[in-house]
Amino acid sequence: MATHEHAVHAHAAPQGFIRKYVFSLDHKVIGLQYYFLALAAVFTGMFLSLLMRIHLVWPNASIPFFGDIKPEQYLSLLTMHGTIMVFFVLTTAPQGGFGNYFLPIQIGAPDMAFPVLNMLSFWTTLLGFIVLIAAFFVTGGAPLHGWTGYAPLSALQSAGPGEGLGADLWITSIAIFCIGALMGALNFITTTLDMRAKGMSLMRMPLTVWAWFVTAILGLLAFGVLLSAGILLLMDRHLGTSFFVPVTTVNGVLTGHKGGSPLLWQHLFWFFGHPEVYIAILPAMGLCSQLLSVFSRKPIFGYKAMVYAIMAIGFLGFMVWGHHMFMSGMNPTVAFSFSVLTMGIGVPSAIKTFNWLGTLWRGRIRLSSPMLFAIGFVSLFVVGGISGPFLAQPVLDIYLHETFFVIAHFHLIMGVASIFGIFAATYYWFPKMFGRMMNETLAKAHFFLTFIGAYCIFMPMHFTGMGGLLRRYSQYTEVQWMHSMAGVNKFITFAAFVTIASQFIFLFNFFWSMKKGEKAADNPWEATTLEWITATPPPHDNFGGVTPVVYNGPYEYSVPGAPKDFVMQTDPAVGDMDQKKGKH
Amino acid sequence: MGLVLLAVIWLITLIGSYFIVAKTWWLPVGASAAAASIDHHFTVSYILMGGVFILAQLALGWFVWKYRDRGAAAAESAHYSHGNTTLEAVWTVLTIVLFVGLNLASHSIWAAERIDPAQPGAVQVEVTGMQFAWYFRYAGPDGKFGATRPELEDASLGGAGALGLDSNDPASKDDVITGVMVVPVNREIEVILRSHDVIHSFFVPAMRFKQDAVPGLAIHMHFTPIQTGEFELACAELCGLGHYKMHGIVKVVSQEEFDKWLAEREAEKQ
Repeated sequence: MATHEHAVHAHAAPQGFIRKYVFSLDHKVIGLQYYFLALAAVFTGMFLSLLMRIHLVWPNASIPFFGDIKPEQYLSLLTMHGTIMVFFVLTTAPQGGFGNYFLPIQIGAPDMAFPVLNMLSFWTTLLGFIVLIAAFFVTGGAPLHGWTGYAPLSALQSAGPGEGLGADLWITSIAIFCIGALMGALNFITTTLDMRAKGMSLMRMPLTVWAWFVTAILGLLAFGVLLSAGILLLMDRHLGTSFFVPVTTVNGVLTGHKGGSPLLWQHLFWFFGHPEVYIAILPAMGLCSQLLSVFSRKPIFGYKAMVYAIMAIGFLGFMVWGHHMFMSGMNPTVAFSFSVLTMGIGVPSAIKTFNWLGTLWRGRIRLSSPMLFAIGFVSLFVVGGISGPFLAQPVLDIYLHETFFVIAHFHLIMGVASIFGIFAATYYWFPKMFGRMMNETLAKAHFFLTFIGAYCIFMPMHFTGMGGLLRRYSQYTEVQWMHSMAGVNKFITFAAFVTIASQFIFLFNFFWSMKKGEKAADNPWEATTLEWITATPPPHDNFGGVTPVVYNGPYEYSVPGAPKDFVMQTDPAVGDMDQKKGKH
Repeated sequence: MGLVLLAVIWLITLIGSYFIVAKTWWLPVGASAAAASIDHHFTVSYILMGGVFILAQLALGWFVWKYRDRGAAAAESAHYSHGNTTLEAVWTVLTIVLFVGLNLASHSIWAAERIDPAQPGAVQVEVTGMQFAWYFRYAGPDGKFGATRPELEDASLGGAGALGLDSNDPASKDDVITGVMVVPVNREIEVILRSHDVIHSFFVPAMRFKQDAVPGLAIHMHFTPIQTGEFELACAELCGLGHYKMHGIVKVVSQEEFDKWLAEREAEKQ
């Protein structure tokens, strides 16, 4: 199987700058293109959040080069912050970036199954980003309906500034992104199923590959629904349909719609939106499982349980979307069913956490920078994981829905934990991608500042949420009960300053190390998976004309009797080695 | 490095736990019949999840330091183990019991608040949200809400005009429309939520009450205030640029004051 596929799919090494670095078919170049897109997006999104934090604490302050922030502009900032971060960072970097670069290598393939489709998916995604950013510059500005775009607010041009052309661009951008994501998902699924090297059985795949694979399946099922919903929304806005809008008046003027259902949009959006949470976090879970094993010099605790947990999360992820809608007017009996399933999805997540702790237990832990971020990920994941059960219970959601408790929860688990996965992956794979090591001292400084900073920003938000602080308020000056939280809000803004500033340590380290970093060995972390048997950086066909053959699982560390404390996947099988040495 | 990481993780845990135990920030004092049971369930969840938080973080910090690589001098290598099926089964069952059990324990409160309809004698108040104001309507002596028609709506008129009340409908004659929600204490209040334009959400923290107002729907919900006083309400669903100032007051008064207040409003209409 393997040799035949390779012969069909391998393509000649490209010549010339354009074919090599711009319209490249090489999954590694495309992976880096996705990564740099996400890097540009994350700094844009972060800058928007900084403006928001400043405005919340000093509502009358004038921002240099920007001026006053009006209420509708604040709402545009939060809409664009959420959209950029969810789509162009959390979906783009872990899957499009690292998945593209390392999935083929980790399964021993020379490229993705469909290289042209791969190139198209990146350029489509980039187009989506450009269209989104364009929304800032049109009349009325960017939309103010939030990243969830609830109809009718998102469906009625008269509902507010930004709901004209800005909203059209927003919807179009998301639709374009969906098309790119669908192409990518097809490619990932086919590649994983058809392109594995000899001996790379499904149960010998690294957990990173399992995570990318299941994430791709989620993407295939979820983005199609969002794409359709987006098209329906555009039709409501321009073609006089009423999918999402009933009889409504804005400022006493009839909108001309009738018979539509605002809840339909929420069902369609969250049918995508909840799996999207797992699209963002699963790759980070796979990666951190990988890193905890590598840097503890121990096999992953419960490999099979981890694989089944990933599948369970993926499967249940499609049955819990209604927990976003407990207060929406949805049938309360249905709401409770969604809530039971939601609590159920906590179980595989908890299994993973226990297994991570089990992997550390009796290990020989090397605290290199990728490992620090992986441990940070576990810590943040736990916090996000225990605030979830509050929001998953409709009885408690009555109070907590739309408060900062929700902001704290999803930022920690979907935002910061996933970003920690991206950082861990960057520090871990940088040597393979660029042939040089990143500076370890700067990396550690970056870790501690970001780790402590993230807690300082998001931990207090649980408490302001319990105090009833509502999200998506451009000012807290109007409602009496929110006045007492001014001090905490100020603290959060200061913490955001420091945390955002420390990201420039990362940026500097990244580009400095690309040019000046210490030269990396082929396998600097002494890890076992296939990307570490090939040259650094890997050649065009990944393994220099050799097709790897796999004899071992991905996590054979500290095998008794083995010459070193790690056994490569391509080394003679661990079982044979034991027999020869007469162990066990 | 291991010790630094241990210190940081434990310090974060300690500070987090301090605020959990000290209850520096907490839900406002409840003023509805449901508040006690909701708050109780919140506290139970808080203690259980707080416990999980503390144990997991302490273990994480401890493992990182205890099992750190001590260099070539330490002879012992890492423990070679692929896991333990019994342990997997134990913590899977424990988590199912904890998570699903906790949720099922809350079902009776949810059912009472949301699944069971309001009692027949409840005081009906229609709450309508529009960009960016709340209007409250009482049916008056006839017990019937008059018809409203979207084409009659004119927000600039306020009151009946803003709601688009049809003056040709006899039932509309005695309808009382206000900008402040006045309700009697210790009576069940049946709220009928509507919206004219986009989705709003009617949130009264002290009543532990929140429900979206959705255009095209009339959503029936209920709560029972058990304390007199003024309680702030605010919109909890993003509804446009004025979202942050779409707030108001729920005024809970004695039955006599309520009757008197309503009668006065009726008299004003004549």
